[in-house]
Amino acid sequence: MTEKDSIMSPEYKKAITNLLFQLADDDFLYAYRGSEWLGLAPHIEEDVASSSISQDSMGHAAMYYKLLEDLEVGNADDLAHLRPVKERRNSVLTERVNGEGYYMETPQYDWAYQVVRSYFYTQAKKVKVDSLSESSYSPIAEVAVKVKMELYYHRLHWETWFKQLLSSTDVAKKKMNDAIELVMGDFGDVFSYGNQKQVIETSRLIASEELLKEKWKASIEPVFSALQMKVPPIPEQPTKNGRNGEHTKDLNEALLTLSEVYKLDPVATW
Amino acid sequence: MTASVEVSAGRVLEVLKRVNDPEIDSISIIDLGMVGEVTTEGNNVKVVLLPTFLGCPALEIIKLNTMKAVKKLPEVDEVEVEFVFHPPWTSDRITEQGHVNLRKFGIAPPPRHLEEDGSWHVDCAYCGSTYVTMENIFGPTACRSILYCKSCKNVFEAMKPVSTLM
Repeated sequence: MTEKDSIMSPEYKKAITNLLFQLADDDFLYAYRGSEWLGLAPHIEEDVASSSISQDSMGHAAMYYKLLEDLEVGNADDLAHLRPVKERRNSVLTERVNGEGYYMETPQYDWAYQVVRSYFYTQAKKVKVDSLSESSYSPIAEVAVKVKMELYYHRLHWETWFKQLLSSTDVAKKKMNDAIELVMGDFGDVFSYGNQKQVIETSRLIASEELLKEKWKASIEPVFSALQMKVPPIPEQPTKNGRNGEHTKDLNEALLTLSEVYKLDPVATW
Repeated sequence: MTASVEVSAGRVLEVLKRVNDPEIDSISIIDLGMVGEVTTEGNNVKVVLLPTFLGCPALEIIKLNTMKAVKKLPEVDEVEVEFVFHPPWTSDRITEQGHVNLRKFGIAPPPRHLEEDGSWHVDCAYCGSTYVTMENIFGPTACRSILYCKSCKNVFEAMKPVSTLM
């Protein structure tokens, strides 16, 4: 018997569904932005690595959407491709463009931003999956254990870039510090559960927002102190909270591109 | 009384030994440790598979190949293939034969032991030399890394160690 068949209170199911949308949409957009670096990364080894990380992350999103499908919320592919912007629960950080220009024309993407966003996001994801692996909902806990094993390599990768660029030339340091400022400006909703905070936290699906923030700070503290830098503060309140469906126009454009092929032929086999 | 031949899990496992990884065709899904459980009910078969990496694009192909292979058994009616995440697939699940078959393909098998700090070491897949450098921890597929052997001057791949201890 699966948990789906056992008795689940509507409250509990609501909490699971909301959290799964946040996790799925985060990884979906993060993977999409990562995949936009294909062919543009600083060197060929990085192209291979970034693509692999994006592919893994898309796999993580797919698993979370599948858990939603198992709860009869909808078909996983539809949930990923067809939900309108206001129903998206990803953090604003994951939807931001990689820089100026478009992929097919003249992309002037910012590698420092990619490194900082990826490192901070991956570290946040690590803190979350550590907590999720003890989730009260066992299908989430099982997926989290699997995600954690793959995340080990992602974290290692981005941490290496982060340390090296911040120990490099003055230009590199300047670009990295600018990127840190940009990324932290959007960090206010990364650990937020939005207006679902109470129901998610009381259901013991994952730790509280506050605890996860503390764990994130503690986890990157050694890297910052080795660089003789201070961990930047997480904004108290997000300017826009993606968990409540508040998004930027970057998301509209991303979803239009993302779902273009799927909408052409929704019954095609993927 | 009519005699009926029910399908046995043992027969199914024999067939699965010939279902190979589509990206590394020297190794079967059994030797990769991807087969979790095979159950039969009358003439219906259920195969539970453990995915290696969650985003691996080969998973759907493996699923299809598994179904096709099992359906070829004359006594089989229905075949169901399901991916589960518990227990999680780890590289420890690769069998000894799997290690041999990976080497045949030019891929160094994952190390059996990790150092206390989580680091690991593999020897050259071709000449066995220990004098190797890591070129890229990410390789042509999610499960592989790229290394260079300073002894025989070959580039080779290694399967990443994947462990719940990481």
